Amino acid sequence: MDRAMQYDTAHLIGAMVLLFGFQLLYQRRIKSVLTTFAFQAGALSIAAAWQAYIQNSPHLYVTAAIALIFKAFFVPFALNWLIKRLGIHRSVETALGVGPTMIIGVVLVALSIMLVLPVTQGATALTRENLAMAMSVVLLGLLMMITRHNAVTQVVGFMALENGLILAAVGVKGMPLVVEMSVAFSVLVAMILFGIFFFRIRERFDSLDLHYLETVRGDRL
Amino acid sequence: MTLTSILWQIMQTLICLGAAPLVTGFVRFVKARLNGRQGPSPLQPYRDLARLLRKELVLAENASWLFRITPYLIFGFTWMAASLVPSFTTNLVLIPTADMITLVAMLGAARFMIALAGLDVGTSFGGLGASREMMIASLAEPAMLMTVFTLALLTGTTSPARIVDFVLAGGVGLQVSMGLALVAMILVAIAENGRIPIDNPATHLELTMVHEAMVLEYSGRHLALIEAAAMVRLMLYISLISCIFMPWGISQSGKGLEGLVIGLFAYGFKVMTLAALLGLFETVIAKMRVFRYADFLGGALLLSLLATLVLYVSEAV
Repeated sequence: MDRAMQYDTAHLIGAMVLLFGFQLLYQRRIKSVLTTFAFQAGALSIAAAWQAYIQNSPHLYVTAAIALIFKAFFVPFALNWLIKRLGIHRSVETALGVGPTMIIGVVLVALSIMLVLPVTQGATALTRENLAMAMSVVLLGLLMMITRHNAVTQVVGFMALENGLILAAVGVKGMPLVVEMSVAFSVLVAMILFGIFFFRIRERFDSLDLHYLETVRGDRL
Repeated sequence: MTLTSILWQIMQTLICLGAAPLVTGFVRFVKARLNGRQGPSPLQPYRDLARLLRKELVLAENASWLFRITPYLIFGFTWMAASLVPSFTTNLVLIPTADMITLVAMLGAARFMIALAGLDVGTSFGGLGASREMMIASLAEPAMLMTVFTLALLTGTTSPARIVDFVLAGGVGLQVSMGLALVAMILVAIAENGRIPIDNPATHLELTMVHEAMVLEYSGRHLALIEAAAMVRLMLYISLISCIFMPWGISQSGKGLEGLVIGLFAYGFKVMTLAALLGLFETVIAKMRVFRYADFLGGALLLSLLATLVLYVSEAV
């Protein structure tokens, strides 16, 4: 396989990650948001594995495995379980409608392309395309965090942002610490997940505590 | 202009009409099987059309001349458009006139006529169908045109045959823009053919129907022509997608009879694969609310816009 073909395939996989980023903005049910996120993580894992293959750098396979196991399977399952367990509302609450959000998304993609073009004047078109795509994924993740109310969807937005960062990191040859970065991010995400979990549990126990309720009632009456 | 190109043009024109009911029947057959039903034979649409052609024509009392000529116009526009899309060979006599923008315009004209006919008799369903059809059209056509522009920027031409030549010569490679344009084109094709997430071709439920609502007043040979036009349109979109995005096997001018036979088989295979995929897609997806059409088609428009944007970072432009 010649070099151009290899890069084109890499970009195609990158575009898949980007498309799933848009798909995340489009979904209206938390369950389908999580499924889409799992697909995005799967695409990211394929991207990392492909880069490991064409750059001949086996450590990227670790990144691919982390993306696949942790993000494509573990996190969506955990979040699904959380939603079921805590009885979180199943539809996505948006601060802005789906249509306007998608339009802003395209504007963000245009913005990242305009940013990347002058910065990477000397670089080849191949790096440029990859960087533009990864940056768009990052911005779409940010957009999702801004326009969604629910904590779970915000976490998904954060992880989508992180997917973009890893996409950028694996696309550049000789980037150090990619694996360490993905591990660190995964730990961070796990912390956030537990954070939500404990937060919700505390909230629930507060409201279910009879003793506490009695004192409140006494105050009111 | 050679004799062979005239001959292949005639053959192509006949194929896109003659095989269209089979493709529609095949999609229905696949759907029936996936639903666990026996389903009618894929040849059923031929029988339906023959039955409609034999039946008496019933016209509404207040139907005007417009109502009567519309089926012929729609059928003519759609058939002409379909015969311009290279299916098994690009060695066709009408190829110099074939242009993606012309295709969009002809389909748009057919759509305009059918919306007028839907309004003509003055029943409430006709008006409802026409208004919904126009809403879909106002979103689908920009997306389609944007896709055409992307392809034109990438390949330097808007003629489907030249695009085929360009792609087969390896001028495109694996382009991200091509992938995005493909998704956008598929979304538009689903909407334009009234397939499931947008419109259900098999329903007469007033809340959901779009296309069926407009043609409710038609009967006999008029209905046969309109149904045939819908089948040819499905065939056209399948041909267009397969000739632009997977042109492998298509015969070009200069190739002999052998290339033509390969082209025919490749075309048949591609059409059947896409039709089976359409059946599968329609089985797994649910009908969408009318108010969500804008999201679906807006998505197609955004994708095609994105395809154009991405072109500017790659080397292609």
